[in-house]
Amino acid sequence: MTLIITIARLTVLEMLRRRLFLVLLGLTLLVVAFTSWGFGQITTVGNRPMTRVEQVAVVSQLLILVGFMFSFTLAFSAVFAGAPSLSGDVESGTALSMLARPISRAEYVIGKWLGVVVTILVYAIPTTALQLFMVDRIVQYVPPHPIEFVAFLSLEAVVILTLALALSTRLAGMVGGVVTLILWGVAWIGGIVGGVGAALGNDTAMHVGTATRLILPTDGMWRGGVWALEPASIIAAAQSAGAGLASNPFFVANPPEPLYLGWTVAWIVALLGVAVWSFSRREI
Amino acid sequence: MIDSPAISTKNLSKRYGNIEALSGLTMTIPRGAVFGFLGPNGAGKTTAVKLLLGLASPTSGSAEVLGQPIGSRQSRRRVGYLPELFRYQSWLTAREVLQLHCELAGIDRAAWSREIEDALAVVGLTERGSTRAGTFSKGMQQRLGLGVALLGDPELVLLDEPTSALDPVGRHDVREIIRALKDRGMTVFLNSHLLSEVEQVCDRVIIIDHGKVVADGTLDELLRADTVRIRATDLPRDAHVTLARFGAIAHEGEWLTVRGVDPERVPELVSEIVRLGGRVHAVEPKHESLEDRFLSLLGGGV
Repeated sequence: MTLIITIARLTVLEMLRRRLFLVLLGLTLLVVAFTSWGFGQITTVGNRPMTRVEQVAVVSQLLILVGFMFSFTLAFSAVFAGAPSLSGDVESGTALSMLARPISRAEYVIGKWLGVVVTILVYAIPTTALQLFMVDRIVQYVPPHPIEFVAFLSLEAVVILTLALALSTRLAGMVGGVVTLILWGVAWIGGIVGGVGAALGNDTAMHVGTATRLILPTDGMWRGGVWALEPASIIAAAQSAGAGLASNPFFVANPPEPLYLGWTVAWIVALLGVAVWSFSRREI
Repeated sequence: MIDSPAISTKNLSKRYGNIEALSGLTMTIPRGAVFGFLGPNGAGKTTAVKLLLGLASPTSGSAEVLGQPIGSRQSRRRVGYLPELFRYQSWLTAREVLQLHCELAGIDRAAWSREIEDALAVVGLTERGSTRAGTFSKGMQQRLGLGVALLGDPELVLLDEPTSALDPVGRHDVREIIRALKDRGMTVFLNSHLLSEVEQVCDRVIIIDHGKVVADGTLDELLRADTVRIRATDLPRDAHVTLARFGAIAHEGEWLTVRGVDPERVPELVSEIVRLGGRVHAVEPKHESLEDRFLSLLGGGV
């Protein structure tokens, strides 16, 4: 356990010293400032002031789009931090002297994973919370499930970085990163296909959506985040509009099932196990 | 386990696809001396070191390091290693790199500071201890790597081409460090193709080629003068027939070269020449350098 913490601390320190963390934080704070200013401008429709109902409807939907930006940024950050984490050490040669010490490959992999997870969460939680806080300060709007929103987006990032790290046990950082991003995009599209299937009553398309959400639970977590930001008034209005809205990746009426959340956690644990198994057999 | 050899391997083999990187390496290296592990590029030296450290897995065979099976955590507990590809975290200072390895090696936290300063002093980096490793020259990085390998008073130090990036002064320093390690009773396993370096510091040499041991012994044994040149005149024509029992005879004018002769029998050889009527003007034992021996073993001449 001590050596896992040693490697995790080293990984976090690397992110800090390489200024990845600071660059991400700086850029995100700029974006939060910019979007906060934008939310402050949503006060009128044509020449008349917005009613509160109209403002909530617009702000809540814009916040979901901003949430997508966070999902996107977190996915990329997780990929760029996770994909070269092990392969980079092997390619550069730093792993040679470290793994010649009395440390197991499992400790090394889990330590790396923990370090990247901590870095991503330390970035994700304060910045998304700050965004919600600023919206509350500027337009006095708090989405219905703010904590769940942060949790779902963080879990999505952990899923992605675990995949990137598992690929990094065998593939060069650039290759693993590209593969992870493509799979993330495919999972997102798979989710939309599933939604279209639900809207049209097409079982095949629905099964595609279900399969992709099980194989790579990123879209499932993203949808959890959308649900967390969706106000009850919009959900009620949408339900009267029928099943058509199911195809909209920016609208989700129900939270993920607890079973699905369990599946996602099990998926992370299993893939981390695969990463340990794979790296233990890697020739350094 | 203190009675166990520093390293013992039995038919250790490693195959990468169709390439036999190491083929049935069997060797026993007792504790407390400096061993040169020699071979041409691609002979399997680095592969052998990686197998010993569990960085790669053998295709077949077995080995023990300090009495523990290779690949086990225990086998790496008292081992220091300077890789041929010496790269350390560029974003850490030299002291931080050493501290990281103190932690990984399981050295008692109370001893870290002393261990780190001692290591920096031994490799001549005390003044640069707070400088990031990324700004170091190759030579300084190799010195840092040597410092890392010496942390925690290891029982076995594996040095893979430890002077490849060093200038003549640095090479001299490393030789002195290796001698000091030997004086402290450590076993040093020096993987090198710099023969003069090996000749100067090693007690025993193992030469491998194409993944197999082709010579193993002390330097005295390997470089034993088994060739003698004798300037002799008035020898009968058929003298070589009688002298052949001492070794392979070759004539070069007045000089007679006898290869493969036991040094103890040289006086007897000279007496025999005199008995045959020859007049001996000079007797010169021919000393082989390690390079001569190395090249002859690898079929490269001499």
